[in-house]
Amino acid sequence: MLIAIAIMALGAVILGAMLGWASIRFKVEGDPLVEKIDSVLPQTQCGQCGYPGCRPYAEAIAKGEEINLCPPGGAEGVQKLADLLGREVKALDAEEKPKQVALIDENTCIGCTLCIQACPVDAIVGAAKQLHTVVAKLCTGCELCVPPCPVECIRMEAIPETIDNWKWKHPVIAIQPVPARKVA
Amino acid sequence: MFQLFKFNGGVKPPGNKAQSVGQPSATAPLPARLVVPLHQNIGGTPRPVVKAGDRVLKGQLIGEADGWISAAVHAPTSGMVRDIGAYVQPHPSGLSAVSVVIEPDGREEWIERQPVDYRNLPTDAVQTAIRQAGIVGLGGAAFPTHGKTTPAKGVPMEELIINGGECEPYITCDDILMREQGEGIVRGTAIIRDLMQPKKVLIGIEDNKPEAIAAMRAAVAACGENFDVVAVPALYPAGSAKQLTRMLTGKEVPVGKRSTDIGTQCFNVGTVYAVWRALALGEPLIDRMITVTGNVEHPRNWRAPIGMPIADLLALGGPKADTDGVILGGPMMGFVAPDLTVSTVKATNCLIARSRTLFPPAPPEMPCIRCGECARACPQDLQPFEMYWFSRARNFGKTQEYHIFDCIECGCCSFVCPSRIPLVQYFRFAKSEIWAREGDKKAANSAKERFEYKKAREEREKAEKAEKLAKAAAAQAAKKAAEAAATGDSLPVTTPTADDAEAAKKAAIAAAMERAKAQRAAVQPRNTDALNADQQHAIDAVEARRLQAGLETPAADNENPSS
Ligand code: SF4
Ligand code: SF4
Ligand code: SF4
Repeated sequence: MLIAIAIMALGAVILGAMLGWASIRFKVEGDPLVEKIDSVLPQTQCGQCGYPGCRPYAEAIAKGEEINLCPPGGAEGVQKLADLLGREVKALDAEEKPKQVALIDENTCIGCTLCIQACPVDAIVGAAKQLHTVVAKLCTGCELCVPPCPVECIRMEAIPETIDNWKWKHPVIAIQPVPARKVA
Repeated sequence: MFQLFKFNGGVKPPGNKAQSVGQPSATAPLPARLVVPLHQNIGGTPRPVVKAGDRVLKGQLIGEADGWISAAVHAPTSGMVRDIGAYVQPHPSGLSAVSVVIEPDGREEWIERQPVDYRNLPTDAVQTAIRQAGIVGLGGAAFPTHGKTTPAKGVPMEELIINGGECEPYITCDDILMREQGEGIVRGTAIIRDLMQPKKVLIGIEDNKPEAIAAMRAAVAACGENFDVVAVPALYPAGSAKQLTRMLTGKEVPVGKRSTDIGTQCFNVGTVYAVWRALALGEPLIDRMITVTGNVEHPRNWRAPIGMPIADLLALGGPKADTDGVILGGPMMGFVAPDLTVSTVKATNCLIARSRTLFPPAPPEMPCIRCGECARACPQDLQPFEMYWFSRARNFGKTQEYHIFDCIECGCCSFVCPSRIPLVQYFRFAKSEIWAREGDKKAANSAKERFEYKKAREEREKAEKAEKLAKAAAAQAAKKAAEAAATGDSLPVTTPTADDAEAAKKAAIAAAMERAKAQRAAVQPRNTDALNADQQHAIDAVEARRLQAGLETPAADNENPSS
């Protein structure tokens, strides 16, 4: 009897130690759910969802916030979040906009650096009193640089369709009139 | 006898090739203007190096290759550059892209043509020469040729394959080239052979071109080479690089690998011919063989300059009255030209005049009955009906599980489908959506990285600033204390404590803010302040003239004086 108890106790101690070791050794860094949600969000960092960036919104979603607040993600983003979280798909709580890129009118720019400070992804280059310009490749189209500009020289432009970004369309089935059958 | 292998699937559409090989090829007359698109290759868009109003010579560089995977563009004839601007491209989208418009002067004045001594040059110099000559795959893919001539590391090159398959119906430009320029092709092949050092060189030609096979055998013998000219059974798509490689070597390129990884590489006959012309004659790629056929009176092959408007080329064939469009490429893989002003590019191999009798409009698509015909016909051993289903439902992850990127868009599946489903269109749609998504994903990841970097940088800058301020404040406090000690003041001197430093820092910030405020408040100096006597004099003179002319002194700077 005593031996049995001792064996069980020993077993418990060994297994407990192993579990403890495993929980340290295989510790998951951060919150994997937030990480997953964040990777679905478009990383525009625009704050249009009401949170100061994509990650804070991801954290909020993980805590139960609505999934339809991200305009750059669009309906497809909502769909992806719904799939990921097993929630119901909802209509986007904003207007869906085509992708845009910021453009600085270089004749009006006074080189105040305000837009540089506003850009969350360092997509604007320039120095004090030097002309600024947007590196179109890096610009996410978040519009955060537009309001700070004191001379209103930044405007957003839709990215035009070129041969390089053109996509094949979903085939449409043309409806063709059927020749009238002769009545016998 | 050469042992041939087989690929699964394939179809046998009616060839329609005899029409256009009845006569030898001819050189197309120069059109009134040439529109040469700059981006004719896969990879970087060449940069224009001429401007409107320049005179260019035949073969002169007009677009400089941008990046290693890119190919230069040259003037197809001598003449004046009239414009560099956006013109509609021979592309299914019908969108425009930058092109150079050249008005030929009819003199055909060449640049100084310098043959390249490729035998005595290192490999990379020869590759650069090929890149500078603007040579891309002329079978239709338009991948820069020099980029394909490096064998994979650690894999010995076994077979070099020269593709004379030309399996698509109607197209005969490679056939006629092999009949007429066999030697050039063999010599070009030898150049590539020297670059890649394969164990064997195989020239694969479909057995429905006996004249071409005979001509190539004769050319190989004449040049004293040991290339194998192999007749392969005519079965579409035997002329696709992957299928030809499989037939000739029995090897299949694994998913996500390149053909050099299994020791093979494949070039089109037109491409190696262009390589030979570029290196041996010093002539860059400025023209190519193009088949003009279909609903025309005189189907034929034309050696046409790159950039020739297809309307001009079509006119040479004499289109019949009921022609209602032009297919660029073959009927299986080609597309309808967005309009007749578009010009030929390096990848244009065939122009087919379309008519309702030759190409009746596609019958309506019916539901898939899961007959499996498409899977039997697919030369890539895919399951088109599954890919179709998921593409249609926009379930792109699933299409990738069914290896949609192994689809070569040959069109066999659409060809056999009893429900007449345009399967390839669905696959193209799915592929371009997947690419776009991957691009978005990459952009999002880089944006995230940059955002996080910026945040970290701001934190760091804040910390650094605070540290600097604290140091300055401490120094100040110490100085004050020293002063107080020196003047022998009996006030209790406190050593600068953390509290002091904090207070000093606050004071410094307040002072800085005060200064900034004052600076903001100060009116910006105008350029009329602080003038010297001369300037004042000049201004007075102007004002006097203004008064004389009866104009008011401009009160507001930006008001128009004449209004
Ligand atoms: S440039 Fe403007 S619109 Fe573009 S990412 Fe920066 S702040 Fe946003
Ligand atoms: S051939 Fe057409 S109908 Fe038959 S399984 Fe394939 S897609 Fe479906
Ligand atoms: S188009 Fe693609 S799926 Fe269809 S037969 Fe060809 S390789 Fe197979």
